[in-house]
Amino acid sequence: MNLVWDQQLLILLGGIAGLLILSSLIGLLLDRRVRTESARAVVDNLNARIRSWWVMTAVFVVALATGGVGSVILFGLVSFVALREFITLTPTRRADHRTLFWAFFVFAPVQYVLVGIQWYGLFVIFIPVYAFLFVPVRSVLAGDTEDFLARTAKIQWGLMIAVYCVSHAPALLMLQIPGYEGQQAKLLLFLIVVVQLSDVLQYVFGKTLGKHRILPRISPNKTWEGTLGGIAGASLVGALLWWTTPFTPWTSGAIALLVCTLGFTGGLVMSAIKRDRGIKDFGSLIEGHGGMMDRIDSLCFAAPVFFHVVRYFYG
Amino acid sequence: MSAATSLAAGLLAGLTRLITGVRARWVCTAPSTAARVYFANHASHLDTLVIWASLPKALRTRVRPVAAADYWGKSRLRRWLATEVLNALLVERSGGSGSREALHSLVTTLKAGDSLILFPEGTRGDGSAVGALRPGLYFVAEQCPDVELIPVHLHNLSRILPKGELLPVPIMGSATFGAPMHLRPGEHRDSFLNRARAAILDLGEGQ
Repeated sequence: MNLVWDQQLLILLGGIAGLLILSSLIGLLLDRRVRTESARAVVDNLNARIRSWWVMTAVFVVALATGGVGSVILFGLVSFVALREFITLTPTRRADHRTLFWAFFVFAPVQYVLVGIQWYGLFVIFIPVYAFLFVPVRSVLAGDTEDFLARTAKIQWGLMIAVYCVSHAPALLMLQIPGYEGQQAKLLLFLIVVVQLSDVLQYVFGKTLGKHRILPRISPNKTWEGTLGGIAGASLVGALLWWTTPFTPWTSGAIALLVCTLGFTGGLVMSAIKRDRGIKDFGSLIEGHGGMMDRIDSLCFAAPVFFHVVRYFYG
Repeated sequence: MSAATSLAAGLLAGLTRLITGVRARWVCTAPSTAARVYFANHASHLDTLVIWASLPKALRTRVRPVAAADYWGKSRLRRWLATEVLNALLVERSGGSGSREALHSLVTTLKAGDSLILFPEGTRGDGSAVGALRPGLYFVAEQCPDVELIPVHLHNLSRILPKGELLPVPIMGSATFGAPMHLRPGEHRDSFLNRARAAILDLGEGQ
């Protein structure tokens, strides 16, 4: 998987660096002007988020620079950490121990090996068929039927969301698109930029214009203004980035809209899980963002659909 | 400590923190080099390692986990890990209140200025409840009234490595260190032990 470091890729990365510099400057400016206690907390959190974005971007670019293998390893680690956060906050029983061992040390690594060797046929079914059937079998052999269905479902859903869905992001590098050979890294970058920009813009629009809450019982910070502004803004950017993709400007915008909408729903679903468990964040790994799962919740939902839409229409 | 054991200790502490994700959380107390007794709930083989690894490095060399001689003395590797790397205090366990000799070695260690890690439940539970505490803790509190007794609540470690399992899964655990306790003047054994047990349970509230 040798990637072509063409001019477009460099322009994209330059654009991201420019955005980060701009955000850091705005953060610095706000930091000097803020007076009240509550505003101080918001600005401190904002600056922590921006610092973390610098680190995440740097790690991602280093991974891309290794020509594919690095991206697969990076997302493999992301999945591992996310699965760890998910299982930690989901009660399992003693009898699930061996099943969990398989989930962490067999299913998650094998899924990423399949991405690495580009074995599409097994990659798409390995978790939903083989892992999902194995999980209840291994658990039932431990002989504990208490909460059996719920326990099985939790481990399956953890594998689904943290491993299977996330693995579709680096899997974009295996897509064979006529006339776009060796350029798949830009598709991965397009997906990440659109999804994460949608999150960022939802946050920015929500903080500045947000008034009407969408689902206050699930996610008190999500407002109509923030959500629509964020999704529209990121979709527009997606349309303007058509030249890095195999899409036309209109389809690029439509696909970006689809991806942003899915990302929003992913955030809602993960919020509902957090509410159910009575927690605010999945962890504290990424300063200002919470845990890994808090950062990638929208990507989890967007990646597999983006992958299959592109594969179906362009592959 | 030789270079080899010091390296092994560093690696072991790092590996323990990596697998369990544990960072010490200090509630109403702070790390201190004074002689202390850290006493915790017990549900996993990882418990000793996790408390030891979550302490700041400077404290680690002065804290001695109390471990069963019959288990930790079994093979040369275990003995080396326990006595050289972890600087454990190996004691003979005998039924009931523990042997008098063992309790005296705890007191001697504290008087020499070292700290102890104790599991007063005596044996590992299944992680779902904290059992009644054995009287050894009371004996130590009585003999060393100036020593701070620090309750520690260990969470999720029994899910990482339950009793009877050989391989850990990388679920995240936590170690919460609470406010120092002392024996109150005239306090009875049972009421002290109940209070100590409640202190561990309180730290686990909300997890």
